Amino acid sequence: MSIVISKEKTKDSLLQAVKEISGVDVSGCLQCKKCANGCPVTALVKVPPSEIIRRLQLNIGDSILKSDIIWMCASCETCFSRCPMQIDMAAVMDALRIISVKKNASKQKGNVPLFNRWFLKTVSIFGRTYDLGMIAAYKVGTSSYFQDANKFPMMLQKRKIALFPSFKADKKYIKKIFKK
Amino acid sequence: MKYAYYPGCSAESTARDQYMSIREVSKALDIELIEPKGWTCCGSTPAHHTDRILSIALPAANLLLVKKMGLDMVVFCAACYNRMKVANYEIQTNPKIRKEISDSLGEDYDGSVNIHHFVEVLVKNIGIKKLQEAFTHSLDGLKVVNYYGCLLVRPHEVTNFDDPENPTIMDSLVTIMGGESIDWPHKVECCGGGFALTRTDIVIELSNSILGMAKAARAQCMAVACPMCQVNLDLRQSDINEIKSTNFNIPIVYITQLVGLCLGISPEKLGMDKCVVSPKSIIEAVTSN
Repeated sequence: MSIVISKEKTKDSLLQAVKEISGVDVSGCLQCKKCANGCPVTALVKVPPSEIIRRLQLNIGDSILKSDIIWMCASCETCFSRCPMQIDMAAVMDALRIISVKKNASKQKGNVPLFNRWFLKTVSIFGRTYDLGMIAAYKVGTSSYFQDANKFPMMLQKRKIALFPSFKADKKYIKKIFKK
Repeated sequence: MKYAYYPGCSAESTARDQYMSIREVSKALDIELIEPKGWTCCGSTPAHHTDRILSIALPAANLLLVKKMGLDMVVFCAACYNRMKVANYEIQTNPKIRKEISDSLGEDYDGSVNIHHFVEVLVKNIGIKKLQEAFTHSLDGLKVVNYYGCLLVRPHEVTNFDDPENPTIMDSLVTIMGGESIDWPHKVECCGGGFALTRTDIVIELSNSILGMAKAARAQCMAVACPMCQVNLDLRQSDINEIKSTNFNIPIVYITQLVGLCLGISPEKLGMDKCVVSPKSIIEAVTSN
C-alpha cells in the first residue's frame, strides 16, 4: 500500500470530525488487516477498510471522502466483529458517509444518499416505509426506469410488495422524532 | 407465553410471507403475539447512514411502547432486531446518548426491554422437547443450508445472538424437524443487504458467492431469518443465473415456513406461493410422522 499525501490538508481535521460523530478512536489500529480480509467488498473496491483507517491516522484530508468503499460498504460489521483492537469500523464508515453528504463529496454510482433520503422521507410521512413510493422516487431521481421493470408485475401479482402505504403508525410520534 | 411482537415494515410488504408464517406458527404453538399500537419504522440502514441520534431514537420509540406493555419484545427481521439491540446497548452504556434520546422522545427510556429473535423464542423459550411433540410432519432428510447473514450475529457484544462465526441455533431447529442440516462456510457472509435497489451489482456478486457455496454443499434449499436476505437470494437468483451463467434453482424459504410445514400448516397459509424460486420440491419432501 502506498499512500500519497498531498498538500490539500483541510483546516478542520477529518479525523476529529469522524471521532466526534462516531465516538471511535482509530489510533489503536495495528494494521493487521483482519477487517480488509473479512470485508465482503474488499475485492470490489479500490481502498479497503484498513487503508481508510491508515489514511485517517495520517490525516490526509478530504480525499478520503471520495473513496469508493464509503458507498459500497454494506454495513455487515464483519470488520468490527473481528478487530482485535475493537475499533468500530462500521461506525467510522457511517461518520464518513454523514460528512461526505454534508460536504457534497458523494457523487458515486447508485446514489445511495438519494435512496436514504427517500427512505427516511416515506418514514417521516407514513411512520413506516412505503416501498413502492420510495422506489418510484428513487427511479425518477436516477432515471433508472427500466431497471427491474419486469419484476414489478410479478411481485404485485404475488403480493410480494404492498401497493399502498400503511396508515397504522403513530404519525404524531414520528413527526416529533424527525423534528429534533 | 405472551410477547410484544414488532413486525417491522417489510412484514407489510416484501416479507408478508414471513409475517404470515410467524402468525400461523405462533397460533399452533400457543404463543400470543401482541403488536405495539402505532409501531413505527426502526430506521434500518438509511437512518444510521444519516444521523446517529435518529438511528437510535427510531427504534427506542418502539422499545418505549413495549416497555409500557410490560412485555418482552420479539422480532424476526434481522435489521429491526439489530437496530433494537443497538438502541438498547447505546442507551445503557452511554449516558449522553440516553439524554439525547430522552429529549427526542420527550420521555426517558432506560434500555431495559428484553429483545428476542423469533427463532430464539422457538428454540430457547418453547424448547426442543415441546417442539418435537408438536411436530406432526418431518422434513424427511431434506438437505438444508441455514443462512444467518450479518445482522443477527454482529456485533456480538451488542446482539449476543449465538456464536458470531458459527451459529447453530437454526441448524438445531432443522435437525429436530428431521432435515439434514448441512455444515457450510457461508452461514454469516453478507448478501449485499440494503443495496437491493441501489447497487444490485454488489448484491449479485455477494449473493452469487453464497448460492454457489450452497450448491457446492448440495443443498436442496436454504433457510433464512432475514427479509432482505430472502429477497436478495430469491428474487435476484434469475438475474444471477443470467449474468453469471449459472443455473441455480435453490428455493429460499423462511425458517418459520419450514417450522409451519412440520406443524402441518398448509403452504398457502405460510405464504409459500410468494417465493420466486418454486418451493414445490420442499413441500413435496415433507412427510407426515
